[in-house]
Amino acid sequence: MNKVVTRFLGAVMVALAAALPARAEVEITEVVSPGGITAWLVQEPSIPFMALELRFRGGASLDAPGKRGAINLMTGLLEEGAADLDARAFARELERLAASFDYDISDDALSVSARFLSENRGAAVELLRKSIIEPSFGQVALDRVRGQVLTGLRSDAKDPNEIARAAFDKMAYGDHPYGSNFRGTIESVEALTRDDMLAAHGAVFAKDRLYVGAVGDITPDELGVLLDDLLGALPDEGAPQPGPAQVLIEGGTTVVPFDTPQSVAIFGQRGIEQEDPDFFAARVLNQVLGAGGFESRLMTEVREKRGLTYGVYSFLVPQDHAATFQGQVASANERVAEAVSVIRDEWARTAVEGVTQEELDAAKTYVTGAYPLRFDGNGPIARIMVGMQMLGLPIDYIATRNEKVEAVTLDDVKRVAGELLDPEGLHFVVVGQPVGLESTVAN
Amino acid sequence: MIRLRSALSGLALSAALPLAALAADVTTFELDNGMQVVVVEDSRAPVVQHMVWYKAGSADEPVGSSGVAHFLEHLLFKATDTLKDGEFSATVAANGGRDNAFTSYDYTAYFQRVAADRLELMMRMESDRMRNINFTDQNVATERDVILEERNQRTDSNPRALFSEQMNAAQYLNHRYGVPIIGWRHEMETLDKADALGFYDTYYYPNNAILVVSGGVDPDEVRVLAEKYYGVIPANPDLPERVRSAEPPQTAERRLIYRDARVAQEYVSRSYLAPERDPGDQRAAAALTLLAEVLGGGQTSYMTEKLQFEEQKVVFSGAFYRGVSLDDTTFDVVVVPVPGLSLQEVEDAMDATLAQFLQDGVDEELLERIKYQLRANEIYERDNVDGIARRYGAAMSVGLTVEDIQSWPDVLQSVTSDEIMEAARMVLNRDASVTGWLTKPEAEVTQ
Repeated sequence: MNKVVTRFLGAVMVALAAALPARAEVEITEVVSPGGITAWLVQEPSIPFMALELRFRGGASLDAPGKRGAINLMTGLLEEGAADLDARAFARELERLAASFDYDISDDALSVSARFLSENRGAAVELLRKSIIEPSFGQVALDRVRGQVLTGLRSDAKDPNEIARAAFDKMAYGDHPYGSNFRGTIESVEALTRDDMLAAHGAVFAKDRLYVGAVGDITPDELGVLLDDLLGALPDEGAPQPGPAQVLIEGGTTVVPFDTPQSVAIFGQRGIEQEDPDFFAARVLNQVLGAGGFESRLMTEVREKRGLTYGVYSFLVPQDHAATFQGQVASANERVAEAVSVIRDEWARTAVEGVTQEELDAAKTYVTGAYPLRFDGNGPIARIMVGMQMLGLPIDYIATRNEKVEAVTLDDVKRVAGELLDPEGLHFVVVGQPVGLESTVAN
Repeated sequence: MIRLRSALSGLALSAALPLAALAADVTTFELDNGMQVVVVEDSRAPVVQHMVWYKAGSADEPVGSSGVAHFLEHLLFKATDTLKDGEFSATVAANGGRDNAFTSYDYTAYFQRVAADRLELMMRMESDRMRNINFTDQNVATERDVILEERNQRTDSNPRALFSEQMNAAQYLNHRYGVPIIGWRHEMETLDKADALGFYDTYYYPNNAILVVSGGVDPDEVRVLAEKYYGVIPANPDLPERVRSAEPPQTAERRLIYRDARVAQEYVSRSYLAPERDPGDQRAAAALTLLAEVLGGGQTSYMTEKLQFEEQKVVFSGAFYRGVSLDDTTFDVVVVPVPGLSLQEVEDAMDATLAQFLQDGVDEELLERIKYQLRANEIYERDNVDGIARRYGAAMSVGLTVEDIQSWPDVLQSVTSDEIMEAARMVLNRDASVTGWLTKPEAEVTQ
């Protein structure tokens, strides 16, 4: 039953070595535990610890109707008492083992990032098991963590970035879970009960949505046993995934008045799915437009030439149920209108002209060269492997990924720029007291 | 050249020696012109981080030119005699790398992360801009707008940052640590080319710099390249001695209230003037480091246990100490009240807890957990040699020696609970403290 599949990725990369500044020499083994749990493993015995990444697809988007924020609060309670340990005993045990468990929630997944020493691995895994399988959700801890969440929500209400994010998401995704803050509202969080925590736990934690990456000082057989000890008791199925979100946002400007010297803007339009054959062309396009450091078009025009901002960026946001193309900028109230105008011009110019051969070459060298630099530690490699599995990528993807980038042509980028960039569909949400900007639609 | 090779054999990991020290491979040497070099090896990936640290930060700025250290940092990405405006970063990116820089009170550092076989190119460009920058008046005007927007974004848009700026200004009566790193706005607005070049021509020399290279590199190759690119730059014989105006004895407690309509969560912060890590003399700083952990470092620390779990008066509490500093630093405590509790009430609760701690002393089990975590961090840190490299760069920038840095873990392990309590009695001195309330404008306070 213990199936081990190994791919030697280093060899595949040799042909590319001349073109690439560095190779990601990551040797991934697929491990299936005796109990049937699949994981991708990179053995790295030189340092006596391991990183373990678990991800459960669905995340905060599995909140039940009327229970917005339940899964976020439940996630915050996982380390606040489990099995025979109350919150303080759990914290003491975690510190005693010098392990770290981070529980993170997003629109698309609940993530557990664990790091523990080889010398007390068994005890660390048992503690992690308790927090995932047997969290207590005691009323005292529930109320304390609820207080922390409410504190965060009140802060959000006065944070220009959070105000902009909330307004943009509502406009972009409407009533889909993506359209609202997964931390909930003051009202929804205040109403959550222990039963809601148990329901949220049951919705998220199940084998049918589990992805595992492990990197470190452990063999495939040892990992198989570890996974069954840790996760064997999970139910087979959780809550159904939400359906696709319609991206509803239309072109225009929305101003949200807020008393602050510098306006914050989030802008965006419809995007492109990661599974789309043109995704790599879009990735390269965005590198030229706004993903780069100092050398992107947006950074050059808005910061380097005009000094209108400290930073301006654009980014592709391909999520499980919707894809958007977004960006952000912050600029003094008196100057933000000019920044917005320059960004709109670059968006339009790039849609028509595409990019130059020189820009394309520089972007491809960067995107391919930066890829191996991401594999810089056990934790980051574990996270990359889980991301690959969630996208359904093959186990040898790392070796082939840069070929896909290299294959992008100038015509591809020009065509994709014309199809994807939609200056008429680009919407700016501006939070502040922007001079010379007004909302184009009622809000 | 000091070369330390650790034994990485499995024998060192036997059960009899839990968490035996597994120091990273660190090599240090000095070039003839006085430039210090640190190499931290990790052969697992062909990636390198190349950093140059200048022993010059905002606290070294001339009076009236606050922000010039950081302004110059921005201008170093403009033209040199041989590189065009922006060519530095564009070249790094075209080689698949990333570059950036940062400024602090005591240092300014520049770094690139790139494939290991591009190290020579990085050294060629970084050594070039050590002495050959050539920016224009237009660069100065535009970049000054950029740093003003940076101040807008980091500080003026953030009531917590504005509050912290006021706290620091009140803490230091005479020392430049009271002036923000990014600068006071009215002085930033006046910075010009002469200000930037004056700072550059005083401090940007090899005998005031530290080269720190980490990753898949060989120290001997680093030495050859360093001598080729940095070794040929003459030292500045007139490098000024690093003397800042010192703090007088602080004899009066200071209190301040910062009101801002954008405040969502009110809290109380207090800083106490505290000694820093000094070369050859790190025990007091080590005791303060452990005190911060014992008092407010984690979920089982004294303040968290008392204030969050037992009395349920705070949603968060913490204690912080930053020992890597050229001159006197601060020991900070913060308490965030639960809804319904006033700032006066939560401050009183904090003071009662601190007083009780001085009575109770250190929980030995807690101290043992903290020390075990510190030992474990040495193992985890070996997975991140760039982090080790940054630790060396920062410590050496404030004058700590390689020996100080390498003995620091042992010093921490050897600190006793008595020494921690002695440090607590020394540092928790209200006469040398600032207590600040971050709050909403009076009309909005309804509690």
